[in-house]
Amino acid sequence: MSDTAFIEIRNAAKSFGAFEVLKDINLTVDRGQIVAIIGPSGSGKSTLLRAINELDPLTSGEVWLEGVQINRKLPHRQYEKHVNQVRQDIGMVFQHFNLFPHLTVRGNITLAPKMLKGLSTDEANKLAEEQLAKVGLSEKIDEYPSRLSGGQKQRVAIARALAMRPKVMLFDEATSALDPELVEEVNLVMKQLAEEHMTMIIVTHEMDFAASVCDRVLFMDQGVVVEEGPPEVIFQSPENERTRNFLRKHLARANGQA
Amino acid sequence: MGLDFSVVPSYFGVLLLGAGWTIAITIGAGLLSFFGGIVFAVAALYGHWTIRLPMRLFGWLFMGTPLLLQLFLIYFGLIQVGIDLPAFVAGVIGLGLHFAVYNSELIQASILAVDKGQYEGARTLGLSRGQTLRRIVIPQAVQAVIPPMGNNMIALLKDSALVSVIGVMELTLASQQAISRTYRPFEFYLTAAAIYYVINLGLEAALRRIERRIQASR
Repeated sequence: MSDTAFIEIRNAAKSFGAFEVLKDINLTVDRGQIVAIIGPSGSGKSTLLRAINELDPLTSGEVWLEGVQINRKLPHRQYEKHVNQVRQDIGMVFQHFNLFPHLTVRGNITLAPKMLKGLSTDEANKLAEEQLAKVGLSEKIDEYPSRLSGGQKQRVAIARALAMRPKVMLFDEATSALDPELVEEVNLVMKQLAEEHMTMIIVTHEMDFAASVCDRVLFMDQGVVVEEGPPEVIFQSPENERTRNFLRKHLARANGQA
Repeated sequence: MGLDFSVVPSYFGVLLLGAGWTIAITIGAGLLSFFGGIVFAVAALYGHWTIRLPMRLFGWLFMGTPLLLQLFLIYFGLIQVGIDLPAFVAGVIGLGLHFAVYNSELIQASILAVDKGQYEGARTLGLSRGQTLRRIVIPQAVQAVIPPMGNNMIALLKDSALVSVIGVMELTLASQQAISRTYRPFEFYLTAAAIYYVINLGLEAALRRIERRIQASR
């Protein structure tokens, strides 16, 4: 493992039966780096992201975070304990928010810190207030998720993940389910995290956003990383034919929508 | 011979005491059927097969045989093996377990219907399987089955009349006693029916309140 590597994925492969979703992927992310993963649907980008916190365990290969192997092979009980522990360090934000509908915004944010980190109710409430202020939703603390817009839900989901003080944040198409006019408020929160040097891995379809906040962009297709580099290279002068095709199609679609 | 309700008021005390027992049985068996239903549902879905198999048999036994027979078994049958339960306790256990099996069916279906994203959301925060079930899945599953479970509670209230056969002095048995002294079955049974109806109205109002409170969070 190199000195600066914060997250390292080695020879990652995953298959469902005969179908190979991921084929020998290697990826290193430094502390504070922001990496975007782009590519057509079915390219394996979400699967790769979900392998990082063992939601979709790899068939073979290794995932490391700060010198700890996430996907250690352990007996069942020990494995569960290990995974529950390492997941506390990995925040994840989903396309469909996955807020808990039976809890208020406060309840959503304070649940895990209280249960897993032993915070008192007062401490957890303070934490919830802090995190909500950060995403600009202080006034919604006692609302239920059903009363929030999609953009607000996603900001609460980000606040909920941040309340665990994760070392890295994973975003799985965080704005794909949102109405176009609600995308910007979520992007703003993510930009703010970028300025605070949060390590982030972002699976996205938004090329403009990827270009503006990311240090590196990975283009994936058919389970492999086809090309990777700084955003200006990937978006303006991609070397690979598949990257060019994908970006051209994507641009055409984006323009068609506008 | 016409109806003559003038004999009823002098037995009001007896009838109200009976109504009190009916309410007590309903609350006791209702709580048992609620919490028992949750425990049975979780055991049936997630238990080891050595738990699941007997549970399945137990479920068939309670759903496939008459409640009346179950009450006899618990009250009279268990005495033979040295378990001598007071009639009230036997009644609460019999009714409670019987309806717990029905509630468990509802809750199982509801647990399976909870969105996969809820598990993922909880697990990625670091919650264990058990913690996710307890804090995220079961509360949502239970909220979703409150209306159909309410129907079971109303059925439970009405079926509590069966407990009269093992000698609990609840509303039905109390009316029978009044009848055996006055030979006025029509008057007393009608009065008892009216009292059951009023208790039912109260139960329905309580269930509606619970439903409204849950709806407020949706």
